[in-house]
Amino acid sequence: MWDLQGDLQTEGYRNGSRIRVLLTSNEAIAEAVRIARPEVIAAYPITPQSPIVERLANMIARGELNASFVRVESEHSAMAVIHGAATAGARVFTATSSHGLAYMYEMCWWIAGSRLPAVMAVVTRSIGAPWNIHGDHTDIVLLRDAGWIIGMAENAQEAFDMTLQAFYVSEEVNIPFAVGIDAFTMSHTAEVVELWNPRLPERKQAYRVLPMDKFAVNAVTMGKARMKARYDLALDLENSANVIERTDKDFGNHGGLVEKYRLEDADYAVVMMGGWCGDAKDAIDALREEGYKIGLLRLRFLRPFPKKAVKELGGDVLVVDRSNSDLRGVLGIEVSACGIEARNLVAGIGGVDVGVEEFYKIFKKFVDNKIDLGWYL
Amino acid sequence: MILPGNTSCQGCPISLAMRCLDEIENPVLVIPAGCSTVVAGLHPNSAMKIPVIHVPFASTNAVACGVKKAYDQLGIKANVIAWMGDGAADIGFATLSASAVRKDDLITIVVDNEAYMNTGTQASLSTFWKAKTTTSPKGKGDERRNLALIMIAHKADYVATATVGYIEDLRRKFRKAGEMSGFRFIHLHSPCPPGWRFPSEKTIEIARKAVASGAWALFEYHQGRLRFSPVGRRYVEKENRIPLADYLKSQGRFEHLSVEEIEELEKVIEEEWKILRKLSTD
Repeated sequence: MWDLQGDLQTEGYRNGSRIRVLLTSNEAIAEAVRIARPEVIAAYPITPQSPIVERLANMIARGELNASFVRVESEHSAMAVIHGAATAGARVFTATSSHGLAYMYEMCWWIAGSRLPAVMAVVTRSIGAPWNIHGDHTDIVLLRDAGWIIGMAENAQEAFDMTLQAFYVSEEVNIPFAVGIDAFTMSHTAEVVELWNPRLPERKQAYRVLPMDKFAVNAVTMGKARMKARYDLALDLENSANVIERTDKDFGNHGGLVEKYRLEDADYAVVMMGGWCGDAKDAIDALREEGYKIGLLRLRFLRPFPKKAVKELGGDVLVVDRSNSDLRGVLGIEVSACGIEARNLVAGIGGVDVGVEEFYKIFKKFVDNKIDLGWYL
Repeated sequence: MILPGNTSCQGCPISLAMRCLDEIENPVLVIPAGCSTVVAGLHPNSAMKIPVIHVPFASTNAVACGVKKAYDQLGIKANVIAWMGDGAADIGFATLSASAVRKDDLITIVVDNEAYMNTGTQASLSTFWKAKTTTSPKGKGDERRNLALIMIAHKADYVATATVGYIEDLRRKFRKAGEMSGFRFIHLHSPCPPGWRFPSEKTIEIARKAVASGAWALFEYHQGRLRFSPVGRRYVEKENRIPLADYLKSQGRFEHLSVEEIEELEKVIEEEWKILRKLSTD
């Protein structure tokens, strides 16, 4: 844990070559952050996020990353420190999970409202009560209305690529970017990842505050100023889809806002996001072999929401959620807001495992029109 | 540093203190919610001649820390100032403590008007014992918190108490803090006419009575030494002080106090002085 030896495993790519190594998604994100060279990192420990910032702290201790690492007393302060550092013009990073995201929620609104570029990893984990450290998406959906770009990776490779894209897109559109990965099934599970350096441009942002400026930022507003700022943010968040799509090929070619898996001729479409989509794909493959025309629309982004891809869905649609609002799942609500009549299943809350076999059974019921709506308990 | 015609109330101690910021070179102000937010100017105007970053209530020292760390990384010289009221020091106390422990290179100034004045005079942890506020209508039951002593316990690089009653002393402390580096903390006594209920032309008079009655101690702590400030040094000895009632009875918030209660308060104040005298190296 306190091994300050250089990490030989990942040394190769730093001179420009590509190497394939075994990394967890947490480690892959830390490697991407190393490449992005943030100047200020602030973090507070929480399971299952901690290995990301521990790895970054080690890089800094070894002299491999020239960043200030601020050890704060809470997640609220973690976000506040990177808010301040971004205001002053630094490239910034933090990471959190679950209660940590809830605790920093106020600052998440401020950094978005201030139009400051920033990148945060969210290792998605259930929010209490009762206590639960395992995976679901109830935390990351909290960010939905705050004005963030919210991505959700499926595997360690995508976690690495999306983190790098996050720095680029965030600084291009002046909107903070959250990179989501699932607790444990991704954060603590090693996969082969190809590491490479896409050579990000230098930090850029719409404004920064310097000494001698006669400039006040975020003073009390009256009249329409606040509403106009909120509208501009919503509009730019919507338009960030273009930047995400345009630069997808530069950051791993994962499909842009969505990944369409065996959807071309599908009569049945499943909509999901996150790590468990890998298992869902295996189940779809099995059903395809049996002749069922079923495919998966994997949402890579919750914001901007991939409205176009959802509206294009034909046939029967099933949304499988890992978070809920009332009895409905959050993605279910989002998909129905696009005018799609979809069935909705809430599953996998608090780390309840839904693997290939379960997905096979769920999807089989869906195509046979026998699925129970509601919760997979 | 602050333009005339700003939005402060008549007799406001905050706009008075803001004028003194010209003692500090390259200042960048970080201000959370509070009276200072309003005094500094409403969008799209700014009453300040220096940069101001407005921030959420509990975040001040953390944002200021981030600003300074970024300037250090980017090679920019600045005196980052976390400028807050006593309310922000309440809600941001853990953040303030962490900032002090990290020895963040910034100046923290707590403009203490002894209640949540911007929201209409609700009691804070700094509110004077037995003072009436809208949330302590019979007088506050708990003693005030002594932030400066707490910062000394953090081994801050510089701790000072000051008052708008003695501007030269206040300016000297701002200047001293600005010329140093490390974690610098100034606790600034700021009598508030509407909140304490006294006429707006009496701000300086009340502030001076606080010092002369022993209700506000003026001292500096630096390099392990606590020294009483010259302007208030004679009030270290109780016999040199004016009666506490002279200070209290000039404010509406203490109108209800009986002679016995004032005697109790004198004892509480004397207990604080005992601690200070023990720490003093004078």
